[in-house]
Amino acid sequence: MKQLVSFKWLALVTGFLLLSGCATQAKYDYSAFRESRPASILVLPPLNGSPDVNATYSMLSHATLPLAESGYYVLPVTLVDETFKQNGMTTPADIHQVSASKLREIFGADAALYINVRQYGTTYAIVMSETRVTAEGRLVDLRSGKTLWEGSATASSNEGNNNSGGGLVGLLVKAVVSQIIDSLSNRGHAIAGMTSNRLLAAGRPNGILYGPRSPRYLKDGSPTP
Amino acid sequence: MKFFPKAARLCGLAVFSSLLLAGCVSRPQPLYYWGDYQAQVYGHFKGEKGPEEQIAALEAVREEARSQGKALPPGFQAHLAMLYGQTGRSERLVEQLEAEKKQFPESTTFMDFLLKKFSPQVDAKVGQ
Repeated sequence: MKQLVSFKWLALVTGFLLLSGCATQAKYDYSAFRESRPASILVLPPLNGSPDVNATYSMLSHATLPLAESGYYVLPVTLVDETFKQNGMTTPADIHQVSASKLREIFGADAALYINVRQYGTTYAIVMSETRVTAEGRLVDLRSGKTLWEGSATASSNEGNNNSGGGLVGLLVKAVVSQIIDSLSNRGHAIAGMTSNRLLAAGRPNGILYGPRSPRYLKDGSPTP
Repeated sequence: MKFFPKAARLCGLAVFSSLLLAGCVSRPQPLYYWGDYQAQVYGHFKGEKGPEEQIAALEAVREEARSQGKALPPGFQAHLAMLYGQTGRSERLVEQLEAEKKQFPESTTFMDFLLKKFSPQVDAKVGQ
């Protein structure tokens, strides 16, 4: 009989542990995001913390698709980059220092996206080499200077079927990736496409919210399956 | 044909077609026609693709989008504008920047900034 009681306790404790397991997936606090509701996003050239010089422009050229398909106007990344260059700002570090009010004045965007590439490249091993891209993003309202959202994502060549994991945008990214010839030098760029999708497509747990041009705008909160 | 009575067959048909319809409804369509625009942008950044080569590729994408009645993605027409500018076609540059602005009014501030900068002749006209 005593044994039965301890089983009951065990069941109870296990139940609590399971529940708390669910609870640790804390919900992101979207109150600043909901208050701001940006319509347009200026993606700044990403900072590169990896040894691969391609990381910045690889990530930058993958950023438009997931954000645009999530319902945002994305400022043309090539012209934005060109504008910074013509004003003497050639490194992402310089560009990330520009004040929110100045960015707002020139580009007229509601929000700016600051990306930091943490990992980008291939580690070689005898059995299997791995290409991994990890990045963090921070969305800042250019009108108020407030941070609206922060997140991070990673993708690896060793994920089996290279499933970019994410519905429609995932499929679109796959199409882009298939246009990249699978040479080793370009593998990082293909993986960066998946990282970018995981980081920036709306409808993912703790991801950015849908923008005004999406049919799902204002219907967030019930994440899509 | 005698396996199922008519009512059951009709019923099956109804279920089947509603499943098909549900399939259509639950699959959202992309907002934009992308073609290989993103790959062109990467080629541009890497300096692997010259303006003429990109213009040819993007004009083809634009044609495909038009024939399928789909919208061009944000930045597409502005990027094309820059390429026209680099190849000395300033009229087309202005035309494309205006097209971006028309499709996406969110771009107005930046497009006006560029129009002012890239085409002094526009200023001159305004000044007259």
